[in-house]
Amino acid sequence: MKESLGTTGLILNEPLLWGKGKKGRRAFSLPRRDVETFLLNEDLTGEGPDFPDLSEVDVVRHYTRLSTWNFGVDTGMYPLGSCTMKYNPKTNERQASLPGLAGAHPLLPGSLSQGTLRMMFELERYLSEITGMDAVSLQPAAGAHGEFTGMLLIYAYHKSKGERRSKIIVPDTAHGTNPASATLCGYQSIPVKSNEEGILSPEAVAKVMDEDTAGIMVTNPNTLGLFEENIKEIAEIVHSKGGQVYCDGANMNAVMGIVHMGEIGIDVLHLNLHKTFSTPHGGGGPGCGPVCVRKHLEPFLPVPRVIEENGIYSLSEDIPESIGRLHAFYGNFGVMIKAYSYILSMGANLKKASQLAVLNANYIKEKLKDVFHLPYDRPCMHECVFSDKIQEANKVTTLDMVKRLMDYGFHPPTIYFPLVVHGAIMIEPTETESKEDIDLFIEALKAIALEAKENPDLLHDAPSRCKVKRLDETTAARKPCLAG
Amino acid sequence: MKEISDLNLPEDVCYTEDHEWARPEDDSVRIGISDYAQDQLGDIVFVELPEIGDTYEAGEEFGTVESVKAVSELYMPVGGEILAVNLDLEESPGLVNESPYNDGWMIEVKPGDPAELDDLMTSDAYLEALKGEE
Amino acid sequence: MRYLPHTSEDIAAMLKIVGADNLDDLFSMIPEDCRRTGKLDLPESMTEWELNDFMGELSDSMAVSPEYKVFMGAGSYEHYIPASASYLLGRSEFVTSYTPYQPEMSQGTLQAIYEYQTLVARLLGMEVANASLYDGATALAEALLMAVRVTRRNKVAVSSLIHPLYRRVVQTYFEPSGYEIVELPYLENGKTDLSKLNGMDDLAAVAVQSPNFFGCIEDLKKIGEMIHEKKTLFVTSFTEPLAYGLLKNPGSQGADIACGEGQSFGIPRSFGGPALGMFASKMKYVRSMPGRLIGKTKDLDGKNGFVLTLATREQHIRREKATSNICTNNSLCALAAAIYMASVGGTGMRELARLNYDKSEYLKSELKKAGFKISFDSPTFNEFVVEFPAGFENTYKRLLEKKIVAGLPLAPYYPEFSNHYLLCATETVAKDDMDTLVREVKL
Repeated sequence: MKESLGTTGLILNEPLLWGKGKKGRRAFSLPRRDVETFLLNEDLTGEGPDFPDLSEVDVVRHYTRLSTWNFGVDTGMYPLGSCTMKYNPKTNERQASLPGLAGAHPLLPGSLSQGTLRMMFELERYLSEITGMDAVSLQPAAGAHGEFTGMLLIYAYHKSKGERRSKIIVPDTAHGTNPASATLCGYQSIPVKSNEEGILSPEAVAKVMDEDTAGIMVTNPNTLGLFEENIKEIAEIVHSKGGQVYCDGANMNAVMGIVHMGEIGIDVLHLNLHKTFSTPHGGGGPGCGPVCVRKHLEPFLPVPRVIEENGIYSLSEDIPESIGRLHAFYGNFGVMIKAYSYILSMGANLKKASQLAVLNANYIKEKLKDVFHLPYDRPCMHECVFSDKIQEANKVTTLDMVKRLMDYGFHPPTIYFPLVVHGAIMIEPTETESKEDIDLFIEALKAIALEAKENPDLLHDAPSRCKVKRLDETTAARKPCLAG
Repeated sequence: MKEISDLNLPEDVCYTEDHEWARPEDDSVRIGISDYAQDQLGDIVFVELPEIGDTYEAGEEFGTVESVKAVSELYMPVGGEILAVNLDLEESPGLVNESPYNDGWMIEVKPGDPAELDDLMTSDAYLEALKGEE
Repeated sequence: MRYLPHTSEDIAAMLKIVGADNLDDLFSMIPEDCRRTGKLDLPESMTEWELNDFMGELSDSMAVSPEYKVFMGAGSYEHYIPASASYLLGRSEFVTSYTPYQPEMSQGTLQAIYEYQTLVARLLGMEVANASLYDGATALAEALLMAVRVTRRNKVAVSSLIHPLYRRVVQTYFEPSGYEIVELPYLENGKTDLSKLNGMDDLAAVAVQSPNFFGCIEDLKKIGEMIHEKKTLFVTSFTEPLAYGLLKNPGSQGADIACGEGQSFGIPRSFGGPALGMFASKMKYVRSMPGRLIGKTKDLDGKNGFVLTLATREQHIRREKATSNICTNNSLCALAAAIYMASVGGTGMRELARLNYDKSEYLKSELKKAGFKISFDSPTFNEFVVEFPAGFENTYKRLLEKKIVAGLPLAPYYPEFSNHYLLCATETVAKDDMDTLVREVKL
């Protein structure tokens, strides 16, 4: 094996912000005062916030030190399943910070904001081409927001037919956001189990689908990394009872240019620009969760919508059946710029990206399936799911193994999800990892499997090379300390 | 996690399939969760309990118990009015782990129909049921 | 393609291991009738240099400062962002990481967001703040849904002086639930009319924005006192957090939940997003709060560290019973706000807020001197409403040609206010530019 990536560098300690600084310091150049002081009723004024006063050097060192305790895609491989942690191109950041885009006020008159409107209009068109859907709204601010929007669209669709349905079908492999979004829309989630092959069977769906059921929320490819092969038949069953098919597009990175979502029976789909379209996740957002719909749901899309007439772009509120607004303005525009810039840079290479993402995942699956238990031994899409069944004999769990992976210089995969696999280890390499890096990752996992047999305590005590060791989450939850 | 043979299943309480226990006392019934339930959940960090005076039917949800990464609903073994709740759990939810049948009790109920207790399992029956779950 | 590292030899070697003849074979499990025929119809891929030119043109078509003088706030404010803040925010360890599910490898994000929660709680005078929501509008919707959960009542009252677009988001969120929204009218002085609240004893929440959409500072304390005896929660909203550098904070005025937009703190306007939903409440309601929370704890060696906590509220554990469906939030924007608050500091925040107040007061007084009517006599922060003479639209258009945006016309939001404009002046507006504006509107 090549030399491991993981090592111990010099990790600097850094106190909390308010443990630094001195009254009277400042890291901000206060603008020159060119107006006099005006009277203000003292009853209205408070004492001002109790913030520390820091110098610019204090602030810069503080956040620089903190940043070194983090691991990002730029640091190394981040194979977090269902999160598509692909490389985030730097040119996208540059475009998003262009002064005309970053500095634009959202309520500028249309004549003064043609650039931003055109960009949104075109991005909608590109996303509709990539997914095979007819119309797009970019407004939802993240995936879960997109799911909620999708549920509202389905709700509005039924309402327009004079119906109010009370249930929605959610497979057991779904992300937790799915049932939570359904609840926000007043739907009761009806669980349906996937079959022994890890996918939905039409019979299982037919059993629960009825005329009080608004539709189904599928994730395709699903969270086991498998394509829902029966999707067309399932869609027909749902449609035959007047239901709608919602697709969680979290895993779209597997099928760009390969599957036409509209033609397989999907009525509404959300995308995560912060997954498939390479915008950085920022340690938890901002994301962007556009919804893509077939023609019959277009009248319900959120307002405002960007329209074009004779080369002039404008925002239209004149959508009488619209579900309304979901964001104060138009959503996370800054994130849209990055996705737009990515699509313009990639062009038709997007299909190649999906192909390589799937190649990488299958390669890992083949290389590791003798070392870790593979609950569904079938060709996978862009991610593969193992479990800790083999290592259980040595009293080593998934958690122990992935914590040890940190010592080898990799971010852990997604663990204990999907819930249908006990001790799941869900690996999504993405297309931007090279064969050499993937080989190194495979070697590390093999070494860990060996350690699990020979020296399990090494794993129980892992990680040993990070800023901190395992943390006491029980006390954190029993006696929450949420502010200093 | 404990082996089934290591579980503490006292005989002076009756059990439900959802792993609550109920112990008849003078005019009331004390209720908590079994050793098996606390062991499965792991370190308990929060117990949400009802208000005194509320009434619930047997099988109805009366609260939740949380570990760091899981939430379980609590169901009434017998119906009735809540007479008391264990306020010590607010500060020390870990009592449910340390002493599930004594200091870690959850609520005290005035049963609407004491005969409902007869529908619950004895410790032997509960042990058999747990073996079946394995 | 420079983001795809695979050479043809790599691909061949990997396909061999996988047992596929070519890349298309990898998709053999997808039924034929689910496969797409034909190519993606997208523009030919651009080189980095072509992309720079193209995006540069889009950017140049926009009306932004310093070329344009934009006297417009209304929920999106121009404030100076120090170079050090932008630079730190670009650290790729922050930018390219995921949600900190693995705390040992994410202590940077975790400590930074814990500090953010603390600074927000201190700014708003509240006990606990979450790790962020999407924006001020969704934060308000979530606050009202939280009040419904806490009180188990299903009616809320919302001031008509809350940002009109926020109220529309609340409507969208409430529509399928059937919860009722009562709108509180406004008074002639530009503050919320509370008379409707008399006799309403079954409200989950009363929501008021201060400074409100007209810029006016509300009597929060009075409202809190009015409703607390009815066990109604007091929700305060805001679009301009800088106001609390100077004004009494919502917590000191009795707010149970304080929520709003944090864009002013180091986040570019970026055509309205990404922004920052700030959200804080009293500690006793923490288990009903939406969104992520970061807590302080110790590691195995007794060293301080930070983790995501109270996660049982959230969708990935509680699924359909979660307090919200939110997962990805606006973490990097929260980090931007934290760096900004740290940079400006306590003393600086007060001075900066005062300067903002004085700038807008100057513009107000000059407009008054020039004979225009200031619509409301209540004290304001940063922005205010002015009534221009009938037919001002033409002047407005003429000013656009001169690269001046003379505020936001109110009529689309409040049809009764034709010829009324909401004007904003922050620390970024020079006295000369305000003088020019006043001169031009007089013409």
